[in-house]
Amino acid sequence: MIENIDLSLVNWSRAQFALTAIYHWLFVPLTLGLSFILAFMETIYVRTGDELWKKITKFWMTLFGINFAIGVATGIILEFEFGTNWSNYSWFVGDIFGAPLAVEGILAFFLESTFVAVMFFGWNKVGKKFHLASTWLVAIGANLSALWILVANSWMEHPVGMIFNPETARNEMSSFRDVVLNPVAIDKFTHTVTSGFVLASVFVIGISSWFIIRKREEILARKSILIAGIFGLVSSLALALTGDSSARTLAQVQPVKFAAMEALYNGKSEAGLTVIGALTDSGERIGEKKVHDVKMKIAVPKLLSVMTTGKGDGYVPGLRDLVNGNPEKGILSVTEMIERGKYARQLLTDYKMAKEMGDAASLETLAGKFRDQDFINNYFRYFGYSYFDHPWQVIPSVPVIFYSFRVMVGLGFFFILLFTLALLFFYRKSLERNKWFLWLAVISIPLAYLASELGWIVTEMGRQPWIIQNLMPVNVAVSNISTGAVQTTFWLFTVLFTSLLIAEVSIMVRQIKTGPKH
Amino acid sequence: MTLMISHTFLQNYWWLIISLLAGLLVFLMFVQGGQSFIFSLPKNDMQRKMLVNALGRKWEFTFTTLVTFGGAFFASFPLFYATSFGGAYWVWMAILFSFIIQAIAYEYRSKPSNVFGTSVFDTFLFINGCLGPFLIGVAVATFFTGSDFSLDLFNSVRWGSGWHGLEALLNPVNLLLGFAVLFLVRVLGLMYLYNTIEDDDMSFAIMKRLARNAVPFLVFFLAFAACILLGSGYMADRATGNVSLAKYHYLHNLTGNIFTLILFLAGVALVLVSLWTGMIRHSRRAIWFAGPGTVVVVMALFFMAGFGDTAFYPSSADLQSSLTLARASSSQFTLQTMMYVSFIIPFVVLYIWYAWRSLNRTRITGEEMTGEDHTY
Repeated sequence: MIENIDLSLVNWSRAQFALTAIYHWLFVPLTLGLSFILAFMETIYVRTGDELWKKITKFWMTLFGINFAIGVATGIILEFEFGTNWSNYSWFVGDIFGAPLAVEGILAFFLESTFVAVMFFGWNKVGKKFHLASTWLVAIGANLSALWILVANSWMEHPVGMIFNPETARNEMSSFRDVVLNPVAIDKFTHTVTSGFVLASVFVIGISSWFIIRKREEILARKSILIAGIFGLVSSLALALTGDSSARTLAQVQPVKFAAMEALYNGKSEAGLTVIGALTDSGERIGEKKVHDVKMKIAVPKLLSVMTTGKGDGYVPGLRDLVNGNPEKGILSVTEMIERGKYARQLLTDYKMAKEMGDAASLETLAGKFRDQDFINNYFRYFGYSYFDHPWQVIPSVPVIFYSFRVMVGLGFFFILLFTLALLFFYRKSLERNKWFLWLAVISIPLAYLASELGWIVTEMGRQPWIIQNLMPVNVAVSNISTGAVQTTFWLFTVLFTSLLIAEVSIMVRQIKTGPKH
Repeated sequence: MTLMISHTFLQNYWWLIISLLAGLLVFLMFVQGGQSFIFSLPKNDMQRKMLVNALGRKWEFTFTTLVTFGGAFFASFPLFYATSFGGAYWVWMAILFSFIIQAIAYEYRSKPSNVFGTSVFDTFLFINGCLGPFLIGVAVATFFTGSDFSLDLFNSVRWGSGWHGLEALLNPVNLLLGFAVLFLVRVLGLMYLYNTIEDDDMSFAIMKRLARNAVPFLVFFLAFAACILLGSGYMADRATGNVSLAKYHYLHNLTGNIFTLILFLAGVALVLVSLWTGMIRHSRRAIWFAGPGTVVVVMALFFMAGFGDTAFYPSSADLQSSLTLARASSSQFTLQTMMYVSFIIPFVVLYIWYAWRSLNRTRITGEEMTGEDHTY
């Protein structure tokens, strides 16, 4: 069936999904964070009755609306692309993956879409408290929506709460609780939404700083900086904590991605965490993959070991250990995993053939195998490896992940400093005197977007070549359509999304320049 | 102890939910129907602004219902999701494109510096208004006429036609439902605009167009109904699951299930009453008859396609690859878990109704469009 899939089809399908996801993620984090900032501002308005806060809320709400629409537009494609471009995936895991998507629609999307209409159009149609409740419900709905899609995404990183059913040749959910409380999901949700809060706070502070530079709307700007500064500082500290927690979980459930993030090829005890470094080609190879040296390295001693094992002298496996195996540390080689995976896949084929032939005795024996814990734990868990020809194929692109991770983390710490300075200058009433800071805040806006996108690049590129970690590689998941069809839609999406982005930025800039309505 | 409900019951329950979402989606496509009049109904920019703002406050509902419809299908019948979306690639892509351009058009059309100008965004609304409902109608018609696909041992789909779904446009029966849905949503759109906008000139223009769209809708719908009821249907053997073509199968499904029959007749009656109240009595409440009527007629069509030992997504290329509820569904555990989640739907409907009423308490006027509030 899928053995003959054209690799270029896989790559174009990946490119199309990446394109859609990257565009979608340009707009979502601002929605996640700005919705709460609006709710804070409107709460102050309702509690104090100060019309200025209403004006401030309405100004940011206009920008929210411009961003929200394009986020919705790019979001619909992502959901349906699972079916259009990854149909084998959709069937293989739809029983588990589809449920959070459906819950997202029922619980979150309707909440968001119903009350966003009240939020925009209800100022003079509903009472103040109902309007305020609507604004809060939009924020809650948007973030609930993020929860469910991240639960689904986390399952791809760390599949739990399911059993394989040979009868249907797919994975089926056995515990909804395990799927929702997946440790990766908890880390990912908290890390992702707080990153959205940080981005929105940088956005508000950056634009407010521009107003102060231009000596316009200074009261609005200062009050906005106060709200976004507090929200941003709290969120960025939470972001750092959740990032740390994410990395610890990652080390356990996706050791290859973790080693790639550190460009750690040889496992070691007392491993340090690289803060800064430059990768160079060492000239060595693992299969066809380059091995990189880390030059100009600044590292925190033992920190990687602590993060991974909780002990300073703990052993952190490198990519060579994970590919070639390390019996001393109980790490199986990928070659062995491929063999075990092939055995499991052969049993599935035998099961299907026995069913076709009506061979009841073989069917029962084989079905028993798929219920056997020893087979599940030692063979079926490597099912996805059966699709690889070479062990080195499990290594993702190390430079992309290594650099993306460092830039993202570096910017995360920079934002903590930015929010601290914003609050400091606000309380000292010296914002307008520190022009350098105001300009820094303005140029930080694209940096926040960069950090946010890089986070997803680490997550998704780091999982390659898997679509579902250890269970299904991307080349098996792809739809059986022509490469030309996907190339056509890829370019159509590129033109469409880019045009819409240009319109969005142009409208946004114009609205900012116009300022609030008086 | 965990209560386990039978898998068959759960499959039927989820088909009912899918049918309900489909019904709501077609009703809410009054937004698309209204958009299809963006260039023909308004006589000036102010009237166009009123039309766009009347619809623009509801477009999110339609959009969300479409997304939820897709999500619910993915979760409850993943093999359909994989087969149809992965196979009929171009039809679904065309539908999606039409919805992407709609989502931004409302917010951007009247904003300064929108790069492309208002007329481009209005054209986006027009394209979505015509293409979206028509293609959704064609796609749903394949539930009765079949599609060109086969599934292998591992349920991997292979689409026969290189047109990947566009070949459905060559089947006249599919086109009948496509046009029926298009004219139905245009009628619904007119009724909604009549209900929402306070403008004598526009009201007169709406009334003029109501009959012109109601007649083609009735003709296309009755022709489609006649074709499927009097033609052959894809019957699945309950014991073996084997699929075969059976004469008058959908007619039997309609008359053999009292609920389906009541829904169908009640829905048709409500739509006819709405046309009478709208066209003859010029009532602003016509939409409130047509809306529920549309929902239950669509539900009845889905019941005919899915219940009564029927393959709901038939393959015209390989009958045994056809999808029945039993074959395409998620596991018993997943369906039951999601059933508990679905119990929240009445609460969702309740708050939507409350918010809708709050916003629609006063009709849209030209005066409101020139005020300082958020407008499109």
